[in-house]
Amino acid sequence: MTDAAVTEETLTNHKSMSLIVTKGTLDWGYPPFILATTAAAMGLKVSMFFTFYGLNLLHKNLDLGISTLGNPGMKMPMMGMHMGMPNMMGMIPGVDGMATGMMKNLIKKKGVASIEDLREAAVESDVGMIACQMTMDLFEYEMKDLIEGPELGGAATYIETATKSDINLFI
Amino acid sequence: MATQTLDTKGLNCPLPILKAKKALGGLSTGDTLEVLSTDPGAVKDFEAFCRQTGNELLESNEDSGVYSFLIKHTA
Repeated sequence: MTDAAVTEETLTNHKSMSLIVTKGTLDWGYPPFILATTAAAMGLKVSMFFTFYGLNLLHKNLDLGISTLGNPGMKMPMMGMHMGMPNMMGMIPGVDGMATGMMKNLIKKKGVASIEDLREAAVESDVGMIACQMTMDLFEYEMKDLIEGPELGGAATYIETATKSDINLFI
Repeated sequence: MATQTLDTKGLNCPLPILKAKKALGGLSTGDTLEVLSTDPGAVKDFEAFCRQTGNELLESNEDSGVYSFLIKHTA
């Protein structure tokens, strides 16, 4: 083994992680991309499997929102306190749009990366992305609707990846 | 004196780590990278990052809300 090969060997961390991404909202888009990009930065081989609403996160033009409905944990900092939204409010047209706008402002103000930036970082750091074929059929999406990079696959593709991964997460 | 300084002040998790990783990629073995951050979570994160990647965390300091990490590029 040459010196270069030894260096290559020490450089490569052989741990790996797979994630199933099932949610396509502005808030829930964060955990998978934060973990994927950080794991890749720490030398792990990462694979993301996008299924159901998670597939939203691969669209070329992201139009992500949040809903106040059924989300009692969401308490936004407002007027010096934390305010939750009663479910009734979420039914009023425009409220979810307003909540999404507030969330986007907070994201900017707090120096949190945009989903677009994290996704780009994931692509740049060679995170593998698989789009669920069944979901593509179900919601009538085409590959041209998605960013460059994802490959099509199904449950068996994921399971094979999962059996070889040190960490498997369902988000 | 660090070979390079990376200012991530105002940025939140995971950006300081991602930017540090990128900056380390541009350095040679033995070079040092100083990362400035205002994210208190970065203290434990840079310890974990360095343990996992094999880079050496030489110093970790805090001065009036600004954290500084000195990382030696060893891996």
